Amino acid sequence: MYDSPKAEAKLDQKEIKIAAEGVQVFYGDTHAIKDVNVQIEDKTVTAFIGPSGCGKSTFLRCLNRMNDTIDSCRVEGNIRLDGEDIYDKRVDPVQLRAKVGMVFQKPNPFPKSIYDNIAYGPRIHGLAKNKADLDDIVERALKRGAIWNEVKDRLHAPGTGLSGGQQQRLCIARAVATEPEVLLMDEPCSALDPIATGQVEELIDELRENYSVVIVTHSMQQAARVSQKTAFFHLGNLVEYGETGQIFTKPQDPRTESYITGRIG
Amino acid sequence: MSASMLLLIVLALAAIGFILGRVRALSSAGGDSRHLHSLPSYYGWNVALWTMVPALLVLLIWLVAQPLLIERSVTQLIPEDSYAGPGELSLIMSDVRRVAEGLDLAVAARQMSADEAAALSDPEGLRGTLGALGVALGSEIEPTTLAAAQRYRVLNATGTMVRNILVIALALAGFALAWMRTNADFRARNTVEKGVLLLLIGAASVAILTTVGIILSLIFNTVEFFRLYPARDFFFGTTWSPSFGGGSELGILPLLWGTLYISFIALAVAVPIGLFAAIYLSEYASPRVRGTVKPALEVLAGIPTIVYGLFALLTVGPLLVNVFGSGGVLGVDWMGGATSVMTAGLVMGIMLIPFVSSLSDDIINAVPQSMRDGSLGLGATKSETIKQVVFPAALPGIVGAILLAASRAIGETMIVVLGAGAAARLSLNPFEAMTTVTAKIVSQLTGDADFASPEALVAFALGMTLFVITLCLNIFALWIVRKYREQYE
Repeated sequence: MYDSPKAEAKLDQKEIKIAAEGVQVFYGDTHAIKDVNVQIEDKTVTAFIGPSGCGKSTFLRCLNRMNDTIDSCRVEGNIRLDGEDIYDKRVDPVQLRAKVGMVFQKPNPFPKSIYDNIAYGPRIHGLAKNKADLDDIVERALKRGAIWNEVKDRLHAPGTGLSGGQQQRLCIARAVATEPEVLLMDEPCSALDPIATGQVEELIDELRENYSVVIVTHSMQQAARVSQKTAFFHLGNLVEYGETGQIFTKPQDPRTESYITGRIG
Repeated sequence: MSASMLLLIVLALAAIGFILGRVRALSSAGGDSRHLHSLPSYYGWNVALWTMVPALLVLLIWLVAQPLLIERSVTQLIPEDSYAGPGELSLIMSDVRRVAEGLDLAVAARQMSADEAAALSDPEGLRGTLGALGVALGSEIEPTTLAAAQRYRVLNATGTMVRNILVIALALAGFALAWMRTNADFRARNTVEKGVLLLLIGAASVAILTTVGIILSLIFNTVEFFRLYPARDFFFGTTWSPSFGGGSELGILPLLWGTLYISFIALAVAVPIGLFAAIYLSEYASPRVRGTVKPALEVLAGIPTIVYGLFALLTVGPLLVNVFGSGGVLGVDWMGGATSVMTAGLVMGIMLIPFVSSLSDDIINAVPQSMRDGSLGLGATKSETIKQVVFPAALPGIVGAILLAASRAIGETMIVVLGAGAAARLSLNPFEAMTTVTAKIVSQLTGDADFASPEALVAFALGMTLFVITLCLNIFALWIVRKYREQYE
């Protein structure tokens, strides 16, 4: 159940957090993901790029079994988190999602106060021993979400009253508050303006110190800015995976080159 | 010429107008419809509408106004000492109308010539003649009645003739005006669409005006009631014992108590069951189950309430007596007869289940999927997600649904009439028979009481009270539902 030494050597000796082998995803009869193999490192930002409908979001949602909530979706293959198969029958998807947090494309704060939004996960998982402890967790999460200074005076105002960029950082803070090991981000900046995008990107870079971050993005500039590793998906296939610098400067596959130069997409 | 004949003539004119308008428009464009401002049929409709609408409007107003005006002028011919009150006068007036119609019938059946009928001033034997024609009169015809009937006929004939001329003249004028204006540059489409807009506004106003009319009639009769019966005794009286001989006590409190008690039990049944059903259907059920169960639940809403009433009276009531009555399963003697607050409340609760479940289901479904994803993505289970995210987000809407169900419960009549009994009493025992405001409205108006007595008029005051309560509930519900819409969008 442990990663092959060969792969580890190839990937700069960083620990492998998630290893996917031969992953296939079907939506009913549609074959959405075709035989994807990828190894995601710890404490690294990995970007998934590719044209719309190429399956990058679908693959991302496989990593915390969010696809389980879609009835027609079927996942085959093997995905291991720290060497353990997450699709094993003994694995509780709910526990898994606490370990692998997720931030969505559209900011989706709950219609609750800012405080309750952040405290939601810790309360469910019983992470706080008492009120003071919970306050502490909330403050830490908001600080890590780089939004503490903007909301510290109105923690009990509704989270839905924040601006789009603030809402997204709130959602990131909310995901961070449950102390996940991996953070999945599905186009987290697509609904944000450039300034808010900049703030979120900065935040992603800081999060790298503690988490393995996987980000799906449509913006190649963003992938180049925030990620160390990049995976290019096309028509359900993982075409190329490697160091971000290498993907953008010396792509191995002609399809990757066409995409990053804007010829397909 | 009768009104329906007139209607047919106007419609025929409009049809001709449609064809001619279309033809004229086409010919003014040299036969090429591309040179027209609007499609040819719009020109046809324009002429047809101008022909039809003003003429028919006048016809409609005339049909309403003419009998009123004639009635008023004929009433003056009846000597004032021959009747005692408005009730007798209306009896005499209906005789007048019947005699006038009978004379018209006699002329039509060639029993007498038109001149003979017009000259007739002696009522002797007329009752027999009219009786043979199928017009039955209760008593011998007074000379004054006959005179009034003759006057009625004259006025009616003149009015009808003027009406016919006016309507046809208007139709022709509209026709001519619209037809003359028809040419290639005329914006027929805009005119027709304006007409359609007016139609839509008219439909909306009819709905609103009817409501206003209902409220006004309630208010007038309520005011009339309070003139005969002190408002304080009505609102704060704890006894309800109408006696048609007079001296009745008409306190609303026992009725209001019955209404609220039964509604409370109904909601206590409907809200949990309906809500849980809605949560199951919207969150757990597969699309196939949902597709069959939801319509099946909604069938409950389509059952006429009288059927629920029978169910209460014949099934639920006896069942409850078997359990809670003397010699019952529990060995207690709480329940005397089948009709009780519990019987009506339980059955009404069953009736309300689809209201609560269907509305709540829609509201829960309206909570965006991204909320659920957000919660599931944090490692919450489905049930935690529903309890802590979906349900609170949907709560204001669900409260709105419950309030709508409550106003439905308060206004419910048939189940109460059959299931709750007729005794107005203030009691806490849910197994006792009680009655509600609606049930008493029915019994106060279906008796043979004088309509001007407080015993009958109290029905309007009761109705008004009920109306105000349900109106407040509805406004409150709408306010909550609107507030909730802003919450996550």
